[in-house]
Amino acid sequence: MSEPTTLDAAFFRRWLTTAAAAVDREADRLTDLDSAIGDADHGTNMRRGFTAVAAALDKEEPATPGAVLALAGRQLISTVGGASGPLYGTLLRRTGKALGDTPEVTRDQLAQALRTGVAAVAQLGGAVAGDKTMLDALEPAAAALGESFTAARSAAEEGALATVPLRARKGRASYLGERSVGHQDPGATSSALLVAALEEVAR
Amino acid sequence: MSAAGPVGIVLVSHSAQVAAAVAELARGLAAGGATAPVAPAGGAPDGGLGTSAELIAEAARAVDRGAGVAVLADLGSAVLTVKALLAEGDELPERTRLVDAPFLEGAVAAVVTASAGGDLDAVEAAAGEAYAYRRS
Repeated sequence: MSEPTTLDAAFFRRWLTTAAAAVDREADRLTDLDSAIGDADHGTNMRRGFTAVAAALDKEEPATPGAVLALAGRQLISTVGGASGPLYGTLLRRTGKALGDTPEVTRDQLAQALRTGVAAVAQLGGAVAGDKTMLDALEPAAAALGESFTAARSAAEEGALATVPLRARKGRASYLGERSVGHQDPGATSSALLVAALEEVAR
Repeated sequence: MSAAGPVGIVLVSHSAQVAAAVAELARGLAAGGATAPVAPAGGAPDGGLGTSAELIAEAARAVDRGAGVAVLADLGSAVLTVKALLAEGDELPERTRLVDAPFLEGAVAAVVTASAGGDLDAVEAAAGEAYAYRRS
């Protein structure tokens, strides 16, 4: 199947339910990564958040891409319980807000909106690329989405892998200093999962 | 004096016990007259360590007397959750403000100031000034 030319609310619902399934499948790995440099709750928190997202989308069936993302973001802020809640919640809500209330958007419009969302995450967390955070996967993915879904997925996965040699400068991992080096960042890893889910539903 | 009533104080901690204990301490140290409303919002949605947006919103609504609500938060996700809620506009009462202050000392200063009738700016300033208290 070739890439869809326009993305409607159903596409965005499929993205997030696919992401929820991926988070559920990979929750143990996310928690393992987080136990190395964090507080060992990233997988559990993300699973709780995305389970709530899938349930809310199922119940409320929002009608536009922007409304899907706004609802999902709200669920994440309400249910996650860790820093990933407000960060991913802000990502989805700001991206949704940037999409407005049109019923269909193009990949280019999504790429542009996602860059707005990623910038809001950077502002909220006070992090920049290279701090060993989710931004290390999200920034290159948002940039590459202008090219294709496949390019975005590769960029996110490479970005997540590239956090291994980095020293954490934000969040609890930053207290570890040099000891955070040599571990892949859990947030960048979950970000890559979300972008991979996007590429999957766009196939 | 603020016309609407005292400023409300919300204390957001990763731990329900910490939030409740700091609220109790601040109330105790502010006693002597009417005490401003203080509500703890501690722990994750599942009751463990973490942050609950619902508890924060409930606490803010509970202490809102129309003069504003000052929110103090301890670490990482507590701070980020309050900021994310504030950025969206409709989940917290009007004139809710995240105050940059040390959690315990700031809470005491905020409750004392609010109980004395200080407005939201005064409460914020007093809580922030608690950073200046050096032990040695």
